[in-house]
Amino acid sequence: MNDKIPLQDIDLPDDAVLHVEPEVYDLYKKREQIYTRKITGFFQKIRLFTGWPLLLGYFLLPWINWGTRQAVFFDLPSRQFHIIGLTFWPQDFILLAALLIISAFALFTITTWLGRVWCGYTCPQTVWTSIFMWAEQVTEGNRNTRIKLDQDVWSVNKIIRKIAKHTLWIGIALLTGLTFVGYFSPIRELLPNMLAFNLGNWEIFWIVFFTGATYGNAGWLREQVCMYMCPYARFQAAMFDGDTLVVSYDPERGESRGARKKDIDYQAEGLGDCIDCQMCVQVCPVGIDIRDGLQYECINCALCIDACDEIMDKMEYPKGLIKYTTENRLQHKQEHSLLRPKLLGYGAALALMLTVFSVAIITRTPLQIDVLRDRGVLYHTTVEGMIENSYTLKVLNMSQATQRYQVTIVGIDGLLLLGNSAFEVAAGKRTEVVLRAQIDPALLPNVNTPVELIVTTADNSTLVSEETRFIGPHIRY
Amino acid sequence: MSSFWSAWIIIITLGTIAFCVWILLANRKGEKQPGTDVHTTGHVYDGIEEYDNPLPNWWFKGFMLTVVFALGYLVLYPGLGSYKGALDWSPEAAWQEEIQAADERYADLYAGYASQTIEALQDNEQALLSGQRIFANNCAVCHGSAGTGAYGFPNLTDNDWLYGGDGETIKTTIIGGRNGAMPAWLPIIGEKNVNAVAEHVMKLSGREVNEDIAKQGVKVFNTYCAACHAADGSGNQMLGAPNLTDNVWLYGGSPELIRHSIRNGRAGNMPAQNLLLGNDKVHLVSAYVYSLSAKAR
Repeated sequence: MNDKIPLQDIDLPDDAVLHVEPEVYDLYKKREQIYTRKITGFFQKIRLFTGWPLLLGYFLLPWINWGTRQAVFFDLPSRQFHIIGLTFWPQDFILLAALLIISAFALFTITTWLGRVWCGYTCPQTVWTSIFMWAEQVTEGNRNTRIKLDQDVWSVNKIIRKIAKHTLWIGIALLTGLTFVGYFSPIRELLPNMLAFNLGNWEIFWIVFFTGATYGNAGWLREQVCMYMCPYARFQAAMFDGDTLVVSYDPERGESRGARKKDIDYQAEGLGDCIDCQMCVQVCPVGIDIRDGLQYECINCALCIDACDEIMDKMEYPKGLIKYTTENRLQHKQEHSLLRPKLLGYGAALALMLTVFSVAIITRTPLQIDVLRDRGVLYHTTVEGMIENSYTLKVLNMSQATQRYQVTIVGIDGLLLLGNSAFEVAAGKRTEVVLRAQIDPALLPNVNTPVELIVTTADNSTLVSEETRFIGPHIRY
Repeated sequence: MSSFWSAWIIIITLGTIAFCVWILLANRKGEKQPGTDVHTTGHVYDGIEEYDNPLPNWWFKGFMLTVVFALGYLVLYPGLGSYKGALDWSPEAAWQEEIQAADERYADLYAGYASQTIEALQDNEQALLSGQRIFANNCAVCHGSAGTGAYGFPNLTDNDWLYGGDGETIKTTIIGGRNGAMPAWLPIIGEKNVNAVAEHVMKLSGREVNEDIAKQGVKVFNTYCAACHAADGSGNQMLGAPNLTDNVWLYGGSPELIRHSIRNGRAGNMPAQNLLLGNDKVHLVSAYVYSLSAKAR
């Protein structure tokens, strides 16, 4: 020891604890099965109106026809994506990017305002898990029955119930997988082919894949997707503010919690409205206790609200011990209206992207051209002494009808266009046309002149042009 | 690759996989204080602790599954240095298989075309479209996408042929190639005679010339040029000697360029396509080339 740090002799008392043996645990934890209790209520009724239209839409849309083909059909081999009257091509993928940006900003805006309503009411993971939970309820019984069944030894009853449940699960998953593949491979042929064991290898693979994925996600993984895989749960903190509507327990009202007789003056005894019945915990599909406060696992499904309200009614206390409310309101802080900077900002960005997207779709030209100027032969002189450049014009008809097109060239006075400059292209097809531009060398002032090839439809409704060059000789022989 | 680099790759690849597995297993045991349910790392920094919550078991099993997959993959496919993999897969072999499959798929189609003459294929729109594709990919670079040619590359749309313009001859030209051989005459006849014979040649093609100089060129022409280009200048398709009486000039028809051709000679070259395209494709593209001069015929 040096002079700076004085050394001291300390006598420890006899009962001083020097070292506590820590408890060792495995870092990889087996998932604890969550048994949810079934309840009904106001918010669960809302979920019927959000869930069913989406489900019906998903399952029925591939069966709707538009003309000779499926209305919504993503034809991957032809690289054409048909949505009712519009056909999108890979060249239109920027529209998909815009759509994704809109989805993102819509998510941010809604989340800042209403919290995680997407998770609780419309997310496919939630909707399919609810369906699978219903299947579980129908085959294995209610919560207590199911807990006992899992703890029981294997019996005929248990085997039959388990088989029934998994059969129902696989059936629903198969329908889901089949429908998904039906968006890419016409479903009206897919279903009969499947029943006749006449499917292509890739179709079999993808149907099996999506069936397996649905079965695994909704049957086994459930809340693990929300807790560990989905990024939404993790960045909710970035989007929430003090005025975001979230499912919250009101500790001011509820604490201190405890059981009591129904008609006594509980407040005099220092008790709050919460009777610690644990109903909110039993109904929770992600297995949390909402009374612990805002948690990332909570998907805002409002099952705990409905459960608690039911209990409050029975106790003849006012509803709303757990309710949709804001942090500022709970803590009696200054509340802000909807016109707060964060929400307005997200809303403005969303409105802007929606406008851009709509304008892009409305003004979209279903015609695309590519001009390939001959490069091996920069120019050549014809027998008559004219200077000639050759171009290969690729014309893509992105519309759903055959079109007649006309090509003209502008940029130099006296420039003539030769070759097949008026032609027809079938719907969804690409044609190559070879064109030659000729000019009298006396009329050509420069070696390299920019010119434009303009393609129009017969009725002049569509016009697309592309710039290219006309090259002439440097030395005139 | 050399054995050093092979070993380098093997060691790093297997080492990384082993390292991942070790990290996965080495961090398995966490410690927490008894009596609490909260798992922390145990460290405290300025009163701030760090959670050490368990990871899901399915995640761990999934990770191990990817390790098993990786090892299986490295056994079956090339990845460990120079080891070829148990399935003997290679990009070249995969490509060869695709070529074979395509050849089998199109064999009947090509055979059908090959059995018809080039003149007969003129009515077959599909054949001409296929021929146009082959032309665009192989021939357009020199002859232009419209086939109108350039300085030194013949115009295929006219009816002026160096070696003959019927279907079979066109095919022979494309399959075997051609080598034009115009000798350089300057060292042999001298500049004055080059000038004179050029003037005579221009007269042969019907242009306004200096008659005196042209007359001097006649004797030179008959001595040296007529052997290939024929006495009247109409050319010789057996040799590929151009017809000098028309107005089609492969290397330019101005007086200076004609003199240049005579003075320095020319050595045009049409590359042989038999190894590059094969008989069937040459047959199709010959049909297309033949169709280009249909208007001129």
